[in-house]
Amino acid sequence: MSFESILFEGPHGPTDASTVEPPPFFQDLNLDQVLTRITKGREEYDLAPFYYSPLRCLATVAYRQEVMHDLENRALMDAINLFSGKMHEMRAAIAQSDQLHYYKFAMERRFLVAAQVYFEAVDGLRQDLHSLGIKSRGLCAFRDYLDEYSSSTAFRDRASQTQGLLSDLSEIRYAVLIKGGAVTVRNYEGEADYSAAVEETFEKFRRDSKNEHWVELPRWDGMNHIEAQIQRGVALLHPDAFRRLEEFYSANRNFLDNTIARFDREAQFYVAYLKFVNKLRAAGLNFCEAQVSATSKNVGGRDCFDVALAAKLLDEQQKVVCNGFCLRDPERILVVSGPNQGGKTTFARMFGQIHYLASLGCLVPGKEVRVFLCDQLYTHFERREQATNLRGKLQDDLLRIHAILEQATSNSILIMNEIFSSTTLKDALYLSKKILQQISDRDLLTVCVTFLDELASLNHKTVSVVSIIDPVNPTVRTYKLQRQPANGLAYALAIAEKYHVTYDSLRERIKS
Amino acid sequence: MKVLLMHRDRDFDLPKELPRNTWNRRNEHDFDLPADSPWNSKTLTQDLDLETIWSAMAEQDDFLFEVARKAFLDAFDNDIDTVLYRQQVLKDCLEHRLVVVDLYNVAVEAIVKGRKTSWGLTSHYPSSMLYGATDTLQVFLDILRRLRGIAEQNASAFKSEGFKALFSRLTTELNDGYLASIEDHLAMSKFRQGVLFSAQLGDSNECAKLVLRKSAQGKQRWFERIFGKGPPAYTFHLHERDEAGGRILSNVRDRSISRVAVALTESADHILSFFTMLRAELAFYIGALNLRGRLAAAGGPVCFPVPSRPGSRQLCFHELYDVSLCLRMKSRVVGNTIDATGKNLIVITGANQGGKSTFLRSVGLAQIMMQSGLFVGAEAFEGELSSAMCTHYKREEDATMKSGKFDEELARMSEIADHIVLNTTILFNESFAATNEREGAEIARQIVSALLEKGVRVFYVTHMFEFPRSFFDAKRADATFLRAERLPDGTRTFKLAESEPLETSYGEDLYREIFR
Repeated sequence: MSFESILFEGPHGPTDASTVEPPPFFQDLNLDQVLTRITKGREEYDLAPFYYSPLRCLATVAYRQEVMHDLENRALMDAINLFSGKMHEMRAAIAQSDQLHYYKFAMERRFLVAAQVYFEAVDGLRQDLHSLGIKSRGLCAFRDYLDEYSSSTAFRDRASQTQGLLSDLSEIRYAVLIKGGAVTVRNYEGEADYSAAVEETFEKFRRDSKNEHWVELPRWDGMNHIEAQIQRGVALLHPDAFRRLEEFYSANRNFLDNTIARFDREAQFYVAYLKFVNKLRAAGLNFCEAQVSATSKNVGGRDCFDVALAAKLLDEQQKVVCNGFCLRDPERILVVSGPNQGGKTTFARMFGQIHYLASLGCLVPGKEVRVFLCDQLYTHFERREQATNLRGKLQDDLLRIHAILEQATSNSILIMNEIFSSTTLKDALYLSKKILQQISDRDLLTVCVTFLDELASLNHKTVSVVSIIDPVNPTVRTYKLQRQPANGLAYALAIAEKYHVTYDSLRERIKS
Repeated sequence: MKVLLMHRDRDFDLPKELPRNTWNRRNEHDFDLPADSPWNSKTLTQDLDLETIWSAMAEQDDFLFEVARKAFLDAFDNDIDTVLYRQQVLKDCLEHRLVVVDLYNVAVEAIVKGRKTSWGLTSHYPSSMLYGATDTLQVFLDILRRLRGIAEQNASAFKSEGFKALFSRLTTELNDGYLASIEDHLAMSKFRQGVLFSAQLGDSNECAKLVLRKSAQGKQRWFERIFGKGPPAYTFHLHERDEAGGRILSNVRDRSISRVAVALTESADHILSFFTMLRAELAFYIGALNLRGRLAAAGGPVCFPVPSRPGSRQLCFHELYDVSLCLRMKSRVVGNTIDATGKNLIVITGANQGGKSTFLRSVGLAQIMMQSGLFVGAEAFEGELSSAMCTHYKREEDATMKSGKFDEELARMSEIADHIVLNTTILFNESFAATNEREGAEIARQIVSALLEKGVRVFYVTHMFEFPRSFFDAKRADATFLRAERLPDGTRTFKLAESEPLETSYGEDLYREIFR
């Protein structure tokens, strides 16, 4: 079978168009922070577009999940890393070669090295894919492709030519004589190693020396005309090898196979993500392959968490609190309420991240996760009031939610974080109820973070989720959320106490 | 010589890094505040939209921008005397716009030309130092003459203490005798007749203790010396290809002229710093003229505020408007007329989009503009000077995920509490609304009560109902309640009027309008 891409199945390449722009909700869900972590150090692969393009097709999700599963094998991952390391080395050598175009011999030699590294990379990966058990359709197809490619005569000839030429060039010995301003290049005639002789002679004086004064003189940075002339001398002494080198350069400019180059880039989608995942797993967090459905809105999961927050907490060596979620027909709307700083927004982000990551074919944070493959994800988070924005904040909120509801279908997911918080209690209630009713009517899967307890019991589609307080010490946040009736306690005064801004504390603090 | 246009008795505190005459600001919210700025500079800048004002003052000139920013951010250090002193100077500027622009251009010219010629000032070689310094001084000399000319011509027309004193210093200190002696030295130090110095023998018979000497007036021609008419002399020639020899000779010459070079370099530096200060202090007023121009084009009136001492609780204005909004809209915006004299608490409630935030900003802007010595955007304005001003505005979700919104608001309140002094003014905009209304109201009530007790003046914009109601029902004489006006047909006038808090913000109107 033919192989084109490790990200998309089939001979016709991607059916889902790749975008360069991040989806509008990326920042709200802190996915931008996650992406930055994942792609750090891999800028050369330009991975962002892959992570910006959620899949709409279950088959492609499965195709990727299989590849991801294969790559969980450590040995296979090592093999891929070895391969991409060599591909990187090859590109670096070509770049150096291109920069040396004023110095013909140096340029050709760097190019030869690049080719050699490439052949090693291809051959090595082919062997590894055979010896390590792979099951995914994607990697099996690629292994077959490699077999065919590397057994072709063109590839074999080229590889052995490269090998031979490299070994011939490395056997050349020559000598340079510099006298005053004169530099002579000639053949090496077996003269003895004088520095070794000197070292030997002075050995007894050097016994206790720690080589403190030894500083290696760095080579002159980059190529220069003196060395170029020396090379010219050597070339005259060994015309045959240098002619072959010249021929190799002009005959093999396009040795790199496009499909292999594409695989090298696309494989990084998995490699980078798994590296990120394994770092979090090492701290005891769970990731799993999500059960993805395009029809059932019964979603849920255990021990889930916000990946952006978890990565950050881990950096600061802090504990990550996991939470579960669950919706069973006819439930559609998770209404999250409870005290401030109790993890409500984090819960909302977690829900969005899990659905998004699953739609990329990636592992998701948690255990036994079931998700719905939506057609579009929408978020409505608070924006900073800007003086440039001459419309009021409330109008802006309403316009944004209106625009979302215009576009959303019953297969969309919506995440709302504390909307209408800039208006009165009465207005906020009125507007929130209106909006939630519209959402219910459309059967949208929704997370709604709010201070309005009343929304939690609006209708049969809403489920109340509350962030839990430690009864012993109410100012300590548990970051645990549970399905239970909203209780209206927000413990705001406890926080005010913590910052010493209650009436009594302020009177003491401010000097009059 | 001092400029003293910003303070009667001291130099303006220049921004540390002064930019050149370019407009490099990458975008409006590109904060790169100097390290010595007051603690809440960034917040004030953002909440009062100060960059819009500074940009209008700057007219695409980074230097004007930096000076305006510095003057604004340091405004709360000024006393009444300084405010009135600057108002006088600014009035002169408004009346003699062309002369002031001329003075500013002279200062800029001096700095630009000084920079061009003075590359040698950073050199370690006395000969190049000397070369740079004489060139620079020659340029400065011409400019100083012109500056004195301007001062002489206008001495009688200007009325402010600041300008009168400056002009008088310029005419006396830059008198003809002084300028002539500079000229003489500059001519001498070109050493057209060669460098003459005395020296002694050093430890290795080398030239030591070099002392530069002035050459004799009568010039002796070389042939006169050779033919025995003068004292005996021996002349040798450096071979044109002897580069090493050339370097050694330069060294001896450099040593002999080094003291002269240092003296002239320091002089040039000093004059340059005078021009730099002149430019910086005038820059504030040039910025004011630019701002006046922009506002006039937009139809925004300005007036000189009448300041009173901190604690007087004076506040009374006529048609006060948001200068920044006026600049953005490029047209006249709604103003408000209010007498809040004697009030410690001013609460603004009412309809969304009713002009609450705009009003709050107009108050904050007038306060900071008055205290920096500027005019304010109103038809009349009387008010007390504040010892400090803080803003507490609602913010976007914390991107670092460290804390919730409400937590973050209280943390900021705590930071403000650390900096409160007597007669601070604090502007709250929709603060403590990130929790449910009952609790938000309780927190706000506690905080505001404590602040009032400690002599803080509080402006509070809120859509909440419970919180203003509790103060209203207490019938405090030192509190006033303003509400965004709404006509019976639902349209908003953006005017505020004294009125008790009402329980609705008309969100239903908007809903019907948008979800038709």
